Amino acid sequence: MTTPTLDPPAPAGARRFGLGDRVFSSLAQLAGLTILIALAAVFVFLAIRGIPGFSADKSIYGPGSTNFWAYAGKALFGTCLSAVIAMIIAVPFSLGLALFISHYAPRRLAVPVAYVIDLLAAVPSVVFGLWGARTLAPALVPTQDWLNAHLGWIPLFGGTPYSAGRTIFVAAVVLAIMIIPITTAICREVFAQTPRLQEEAALALGATRWEMVRYAVFPHSRSGVVAGIMLGLGRAMGETMAVAMILSAGDPIVTFHLLTSENPQTIASNIAQKFYGDNIDIQSVLLATGLVLFVFTFLVNFAARGLVARSERRLS
Amino acid sequence: MSAVDAALDAQVGRSMHTARLPRFAALIVLVAMLALTALGALLLRWDWGTKWVAVPIVAVVLTDIALPLWSAAVENRRAAVDRLVTALVWTALACALVPLVWVLAKTVIEGAPTINGAFLSQDGVGHFDPVQLVKVGGHGVFHALAGTLVVTAAATIISVPVGLMTAIYLVEYARGKWIGRAVTVLVDVMTGIPSIVAGLFALALFTVFFGNGTRLGIMGAVALSLLMIPTVVRASEEMMRLVPNDLREAAYALGVPKWRTIVKVVIPTSVGGLVTGVTLAVARVVGETAPLLVTVGALDSTNWNPFHDQMTTLPVLISNAQSTNSPEDLKTAWGAALLLIVIVMVLNLVARIVGKIFAPKTGR
Repeated sequence: MTTPTLDPPAPAGARRFGLGDRVFSSLAQLAGLTILIALAAVFVFLAIRGIPGFSADKSIYGPGSTNFWAYAGKALFGTCLSAVIAMIIAVPFSLGLALFISHYAPRRLAVPVAYVIDLLAAVPSVVFGLWGARTLAPALVPTQDWLNAHLGWIPLFGGTPYSAGRTIFVAAVVLAIMIIPITTAICREVFAQTPRLQEEAALALGATRWEMVRYAVFPHSRSGVVAGIMLGLGRAMGETMAVAMILSAGDPIVTFHLLTSENPQTIASNIAQKFYGDNIDIQSVLLATGLVLFVFTFLVNFAARGLVARSERRLS
Repeated sequence: MSAVDAALDAQVGRSMHTARLPRFAALIVLVAMLALTALGALLLRWDWGTKWVAVPIVAVVLTDIALPLWSAAVENRRAAVDRLVTALVWTALACALVPLVWVLAKTVIEGAPTINGAFLSQDGVGHFDPVQLVKVGGHGVFHALAGTLVVTAAATIISVPVGLMTAIYLVEYARGKWIGRAVTVLVDVMTGIPSIVAGLFALALFTVFFGNGTRLGIMGAVALSLLMIPTVVRASEEMMRLVPNDLREAAYALGVPKWRTIVKVVIPTSVGGLVTGVTLAVARVVGETAPLLVTVGALDSTNWNPFHDQMTTLPVLISNAQSTNSPEDLKTAWGAALLLIVIVMVLNLVARIVGKIFAPKTGR
């Protein structure tokens, strides 16, 4: 611990509101304001460059859509489709992992497992994209063929499977792997906050471990789990590289076939794939879709934070 | 041993009255199912070269089914459900470890042979051999390493002062003020900004002032700092709140002004946590690709100047090399991916070690 060095005595009254204090506190306040200004600037500058995109001529963004909202809507559909499928895959695993770390793991295993899951979050998204496009996609071709052959009557798995395997299905699997650490981290924290006494009371009444989890842990952590899922959803919607590297470039389309070579694009992957060059028209259209994505993820995150705040207030 | 475990042991003690499965029932069933599946695979003459993966998968699924059934037969329905859930939880763990091990192993296997002195010291400028009709050289990553270093360092220089001062403001000055609450909410909102939107913002900002087609290293740094500031604020705020109020009050009692208390008492006390937080934030942005793809562009030669011309960073190099489909470029991509993972892991490790060394000593 550093011993504070003292100023030489100053006249009474001059110390408390000295020059240093005033400068320092205004600097701190300035930093806080910078954040306010930065967020406002994000919105303003996206709008300045994006607004022309809202009314752009349809010749700019291709023949697939008749107006901007159809174009952005199709990309938004792809964003939601891939994010929702990723969540369907990720949520059961996240809940299982969170339960494992908070309640099921032997003491000695819980901390290393939590660390390993965090490690999964540390792998850069571009590495997941590379792995997904070059390793996972070919490896999942037999699985996709099997799904198509046996469950092809479900529209999701219908159509002709893509022989290269680089489909929205693989992209959703990679997205799921990428959001598992986030959802797990939040669920595990919420699970661990269950009052010890309630758990022990359940066990004392003769409940099995699962009954204890079901009747003591789950009711206590419902809103926290929902919040964790929504934060994961927000993350999956904004994720760019994994999707952009796995899917080949194309125009956003609406299709529920997950396994064919005709894949929907997400807003983020669409931007990443078309942003080369300096064509200002297509740039403003893409910036406008970026604005749509920003507002959409903002709403999802805001709802999630609201849920967390509500559950915290209820607990305190 | 915790109270819950003790309670469970008390349950196990009931085995004097009701039938229970043997202690290592799950392990027994798993081994039995592995053997059974392997035997079945031999009998069905599976092609081991490609289908060996199926054996453990089938064995785990069979275990998840067989263990509850056995339990239902010997114990009761409630115990069977409990066993089923326990088996599923362990299965979830096993499934989550597969992609992690797979990604890391694949990257090391593919990337390690590529990494050598030339790979690390050459840039991406090759020359075209007119006789062989191929590109010679130009498979190094030095230019990308330089770009990553410059952009990340610039982003850190922007984010750390702003993030640290914001945290100081929130902890020391904004107690209960509406502006403090607003900043907290906005930091939350900033955490949720998709990385590509941060990139688009930097692009919009600079092209409005410097004209269409502007691509500079500093634009990438601005985009990254938008992603980095909330992480820094969060980590520093948490650490500074851990500093006991006694220390602050002791300093005030000695007549030390508030700002000197912060600089000489609060920050030195929490310095370990601050360094950990900043390092983790750097580790997070060093692998960011999307914002750099739209702002920094790509350049085959080494460029150290963030205020002039485009530059290549490691993640963008991976993304671009992956998309060309040439085997040579793919090798470069895997090598660069391994390099990136090593950088990120080293940063994470440094953060943990610093955090351990300077862990705040609680007064109790």
